[in-house]
Amino acid sequence: MTPLQRVQEKFSQEVIETHTFRGDETVIIRSNALRAVAQFLKETPELDFNFLMDLTAVDYLNFADGQIKREARFEVVYHFYSLKHNHRLRLKVPIEEKHPEIDTISDLWPSANWYEREVWDMFGIQFQGHPNLKRILMYEEFQGHPLRKDYPFNKRQPLVGPVN
Amino acid sequence: MLLNVGPSHPAMHGVIRLVMELEGEKVKGVDVEIGYLHRAFEKMCETVMYAQCFPYTDRLNYVSPLINNVGFALTVEKLLDIDIPERAKYIRVIMSEISRVTDHLTCIGASAMELGAMTVFLYMIKARELLWELVEEITGARLTISYVRIGGVKADLTSDFADKTFKKIAEVRKVLIETDELLTRNRIFFDRMKDTGDISAEDAMAYGITGPFLRASGVPYDVRKANPYLIYDRLDFEIPTGTKGDNLDRYFVRMAEMEQSLRIVEQCLEQIPEGPLAADLTANVISAAQMVDRAKIGKTEGLIELQVDLDPTLEGGTKKYHTAINANKRDVVLPPKEETYSNIESLMNHFKLVMYGHGIRPPIGEAYFPVEGANGELGFYIVSDGTDRPWRVRVHPPCFPIMAALPQCLVGDMMADVVPTFGSVNMIAGELDR
Repeated sequence: MTPLQRVQEKFSQEVIETHTFRGDETVIIRSNALRAVAQFLKETPELDFNFLMDLTAVDYLNFADGQIKREARFEVVYHFYSLKHNHRLRLKVPIEEKHPEIDTISDLWPSANWYEREVWDMFGIQFQGHPNLKRILMYEEFQGHPLRKDYPFNKRQPLVGPVN
Repeated sequence: MLLNVGPSHPAMHGVIRLVMELEGEKVKGVDVEIGYLHRAFEKMCETVMYAQCFPYTDRLNYVSPLINNVGFALTVEKLLDIDIPERAKYIRVIMSEISRVTDHLTCIGASAMELGAMTVFLYMIKARELLWELVEEITGARLTISYVRIGGVKADLTSDFADKTFKKIAEVRKVLIETDELLTRNRIFFDRMKDTGDISAEDAMAYGITGPFLRASGVPYDVRKANPYLIYDRLDFEIPTGTKGDNLDRYFVRMAEMEQSLRIVEQCLEQIPEGPLAADLTANVISAAQMVDRAKIGKTEGLIELQVDLDPTLEGGTKKYHTAINANKRDVVLPPKEETYSNIESLMNHFKLVMYGHGIRPPIGEAYFPVEGANGELGFYIVSDGTDRPWRVRVHPPCFPIMAALPQCLVGDMMADVVPTFGSVNMIAGELDR
């Protein structure tokens, strides 16, 4: 049984969609089930996802010129890897624009700590329960979240230091 | 005492700020602040066409830019679902492994210099220079190479590349033996590296660390073995591992890895399928302008046998080489210059690939592809919306998790141990901050 099938079997209610485009197993789940699914991925011996390789988000605002209908604007994307079984799984969680919030998993995988800070910095998605959710790549005074699609790429916000 | 190191400090290669809480000379707590070299790589990639992202990837890990190029190209090829010719695969592996050696040489050389071993630094930079001469010969540049193309590479290897490489590898090996003698049995170096900056295998995995840093803790994870890409499954090489995960282990792992990479290059040069290297490139050459003029007035007779006198930046990409190093995909790969200049179909093909609003169009979907960068797993995650520009490009930088775990390595050590530990991280601000 592949990791995708296991998750689908265990969380049939919470799984919205699955696909294996180009061989990448992907599960899309509801955001309230994230903690339960994450715990399941980490603690089931047959899955044993001990690496959280990557955590990022995608802004689907007006994706493909609005031809593809999407209920949620954002998607938080997790890439897991298991050293023991040498398999990978991509987990995606849609987040609505009105309440860009999701639970943290930084207590399960410490690597999530900085990644979640980066997603907050770049997309403005809040991680509930994160120990230290502050900007990481941009500076504290920065206005807005630069990787959102409605942030113009050529907008400049120079940080002017104190005049000595 | 609160001590601020950086963002611009001689022992911090790259710009980074460490705010350290000290008790006497002992480090009690560290706050790592990054982002000083943020150049919006991911945002800029969304604004340009796929092929135009390569110059940006050069500037991620600027000590081994070829690996970034390869990683990005492989991800787009995964999205497009295309295969590339054998010879191009070998060339990509050769260039990646040469880059890995240059990266490790820089890392060990720089951290040895910070511990006072200036000679080692100069020796290693000399060896790196030898390898960069090879890179320069093939790609035409030393740092911002932009050598890999979607569906292949820019230029073929030169005819005497193998001989030159064997000679240079022998010289690099000599340097490695010399530096090994200078460092490994050096009391000062040994004592400062041993038992400092250690991290356990469990902690390293929990933080998502990969590459030499993880392998020094005793976990033999290497993307080249775990998920072999290109032709790594045909090559014979080992994954060196450490036991304790301290600075000394990381030094040994990097030294051993360089030897393995040199072995890979040698094997590739022996296995690589014969290219059109024997082609006579001096015969039937006319200038590009002449060829275009002849084609325009319809004097196309015999034009197919002619070669064009290319600009030096495109050397090695003429028609005779083109098919051996590029996939036969008209919707992805630019036609050879001879055809672009001499017939209208290829000219249209060329414009269809370079004009805004046309270009390479992967289907709607997403792909993640990991390659083994010099510092660990370098993964690109690309979301395509079916247009000529990527909807989202995410790079998983191998330095990032290591920097997140840096407090784990530093706390409990002395202030002076910060320098070797930070050196062994091999932080590259370009890929860390993107």
